[in-house]
Amino acid sequence: MRLIGWAIALAAAGLTPAAAQTPAASPATTSASAAAPAPAAAAPGTTAAQPAIEYGSVGHALPNPKVGMPQPDSEGIQPQVTVLGEEALHFHNIWLMPLITLISIFVLALLAWTMFRYRRGANPTPSRNSHNTLIEVIWTLVPVLILVSIAIPSIRLLRHQYTPPPADVTVKVTGHQWYWTYEYPDYGVSFDSNILKEQGDPTLKPGDRFRTDKDGPPLLAADERMVLPAGKVVKFIITADDVIHSFAVPAFWTKLDANPGQLNETWVKVDANKTGVYYGQCSELCGARHGYMPINVEVVTPAQFQQWIASKGGKLPGAKPATGPDSTAASPTSAAATPAAAQPQAPQPGDANALKPAATNQAATAQN
Amino acid sequence: MSTTADALNLKEHGAHDAHHDADHKPSFFVRWFMSTNHKDIGTLYLIFAIVAGVIGGAISGIMRWELMEPGIQVLNHAWPIGAGGGATFDEALHHWNVLITAHGLIMIFFMVMPAMIGGFGNWFVPLMIGAPDMAFPRMNNISFWLLIPSFLLLLGSTMVPGGSGLGAGTGWTIYAPLSTSGSTGPAVDMAIFAMHLAGASSILGAVNFITTIFNMRAPGMTLHKMPLFVWSVLITAFLLLLSLPVLAGAITMLLTDRNFGTTFFDASGGGNVVLYQHLFWFFGHPEVYILILPGFGMVSQIVATFSRKPVFGYLGMAYAMVAIGVVGFVVWAHHMFTTGMNVNEKMYFTAATMIIAVPTGVKIFSWIATMWGGSLTFETPMLWAIGFIFLFTVGGVTGVVLANGGVDNYMHDTYYVVAHFHYVLSLGAVFAIFGGFYYWFPKMSGKMYNEALGKLHFFLMFIGVNVVFFPQHFLGLDGMPRRIPDYTPAFAYWNKISTIGYMITVAGVAVFFVNLIWSLAAGKKAPNNPWGEGATTLEWTLTSPPPFHQYSTLPRID
Repeated sequence: MRLIGWAIALAAAGLTPAAAQTPAASPATTSASAAAPAPAAAAPGTTAAQPAIEYGSVGHALPNPKVGMPQPDSEGIQPQVTVLGEEALHFHNIWLMPLITLISIFVLALLAWTMFRYRRGANPTPSRNSHNTLIEVIWTLVPVLILVSIAIPSIRLLRHQYTPPPADVTVKVTGHQWYWTYEYPDYGVSFDSNILKEQGDPTLKPGDRFRTDKDGPPLLAADERMVLPAGKVVKFIITADDVIHSFAVPAFWTKLDANPGQLNETWVKVDANKTGVYYGQCSELCGARHGYMPINVEVVTPAQFQQWIASKGGKLPGAKPATGPDSTAASPTSAAATPAAAQPQAPQPGDANALKPAATNQAATAQN
Repeated sequence: MSTTADALNLKEHGAHDAHHDADHKPSFFVRWFMSTNHKDIGTLYLIFAIVAGVIGGAISGIMRWELMEPGIQVLNHAWPIGAGGGATFDEALHHWNVLITAHGLIMIFFMVMPAMIGGFGNWFVPLMIGAPDMAFPRMNNISFWLLIPSFLLLLGSTMVPGGSGLGAGTGWTIYAPLSTSGSTGPAVDMAIFAMHLAGASSILGAVNFITTIFNMRAPGMTLHKMPLFVWSVLITAFLLLLSLPVLAGAITMLLTDRNFGTTFFDASGGGNVVLYQHLFWFFGHPEVYILILPGFGMVSQIVATFSRKPVFGYLGMAYAMVAIGVVGFVVWAHHMFTTGMNVNEKMYFTAATMIIAVPTGVKIFSWIATMWGGSLTFETPMLWAIGFIFLFTVGGVTGVVLANGGVDNYMHDTYYVVAHFHYVLSLGAVFAIFGGFYYWFPKMSGKMYNEALGKLHFFLMFIGVNVVFFPQHFLGLDGMPRRIPDYTPAFAYWNKISTIGYMITVAGVAVFFVNLIWSLAAGKKAPNNPWGEGATTLEWTLTSPPPFHQYSTLPRID
């Protein structure tokens, strides 16, 4: 009962809008390489067979084997790259994990001591004691207090998870048997993401692309990655069109089911300095190839994101010219590193809104 | 034939009954196939549970074998065995899903439930409350015999088409729409019928236990004097009675969605896929307490016996089980934290779930307090009970982690969850079953088991199951999803360790069977009460094995 009271109180607190954190929209910049060729011409090149992949380019960044994927020598949670993931990881590692370890050791020690001290050889005459009200009250109340100490940060974490800032980018994720479709409705970009087969797979047709270590680990690498801008609030709208799937990226602390006929919504904001490739897998049994529909998310700088959208033939809102938004900012790298400093240089409303689609409906977020 | 009427009128007709030959046994066929005797039916249930446990355990062996190394090595020899080699990739993968489905359903419905409720419940509830038999002996018989066609339907479902291969590959949860539009062919229908029959069997059993316990206690045995095992079966029976009809409804809706064009779980017709999950887990969460509560009862009896002390805090122990049963009905959606709930639901189910830790903690501490001040000996049943207390604690605390809706986002549907529920079930419920088996084996068979082999069995299995399941926590935290037949090489190390643990466990189970056969064939004759002054419940006042009909004169409890 007490915990429910807490839940209600904290839920009410959760309804208070947090100070809307509006990330400074970086000036839309495009690198020379992406801007010069017409996007329509570049697109077929990127989707062609094996040799055409330019590793290291946006959408094909090389994974860091220490981050964003399972670790061979790990006994713990994958490193987290979002604010919420860091909060949850902290809660788990600093509070839950030590607590449950201590409780287990305490019970084990009590058992061991009792087995030793009250073995028949040491205590031939058993006591007939079968009641002690004080100790019974203690071992009821102390666990209650421990649980309250868990419930408070737990409910706070939930409140944070359900208090999304205004979204900068929206991605619609659709699960299918057995691949994913990622759609950027604000940019008119949509594509499928399939697992990359291993070299030597008998079902691989000649000329088909196969997995290399530059794509990622076996069973985790996909042909097309979802690309997201670092430091931006990304809203996921998740659904499926056949059976239930589940969209999961461990490094983001994200897992949400893709239910056919329903739209689920969640959000992430990857730390601005945590660009990289992050791997996940479908996490709800969805038929034969359930284990073969990986999720690849590449987090890039906002400038590279723009470049990637353009390379996919996407329209950047507010950028009238079909060749993509232009900018006066110097180089994409410096603009990405200091987006706030660069902002005064690019005050045009079109540029500032490039990453802020107008029609994001925040009201829908909390009720998912 | 001794029937309900005789049983109910025993008090008046005690003298009349007494000159029946109490040990008159019917012929073999009548005795074992038309039985109305609670002890014989209990024995049938135990044999059934052992057979099902061997099949379910063999299936987990195939799974561990496949998971020992990355890649698909075993599954391409697809089911049915011998049809292998020609299996396509998808058929091999479907085979995996059939294995996980069958393992879950068999272990829950055909191993743990028959062993605990049908086996030990049938054997010892009447003995412990001083009743001559169950209230409805013929219903008791049909409860058991419904399980046989149920099990055959489930096994048979693996040989008929189920979509991308033979058998039902939906997971034991049978989630729609994978189980409706996602699985063509009769396999899922057969599995659903299997669940209907198993559910009917359990509901009839539950009615029987409730009636027996409320109406057939010996004079003087008030509810508050009942042994805790009887309490645990009573509460379990209520959980079965209230939760199984919901499962029956849910899977019937699956059937009509599959075959008759309804759209309960199909959004295109106005249905809702998550509705199935709510219905399923409204049954499913009480179900996990159904699996463990009788274990709580058995552990209480064993700990008190070998501590030579009465159970500490008897009333607290009984009502802690009642509380677990009641609260167990209002926490179901913690199995659905990732289905897309609103924040208030998630906060409620987080808080409600954590509350269950309180009565569970009361039970753990009360068991230790029962041992405290006792005069402990460590016969095999006591080892299993102590192992249960510790391992159930480990499984329980990871449950507290998973109860946090915000944290569960990470662990949900990973091996962390697999490790958690195997700690409470495979290391909890199964340890309780083995403890109960060794505890009551002398009573049931009239033979003593071999103590050295029993201890060897315990230690092998204690080490084995921990090596199987503890590393699975690591795999889950590292992000390995459940229910995948192949994994990225980063998961290889702990998977290999886990499979080695399985081999140790199998060695332990082999010792169990050696012990079982040796003890039945050549075990020493068991006295009425092999456990001494700590064993105070009524079954120890009877001969070992008890007479075919007991308590012709009802015992009187002060």
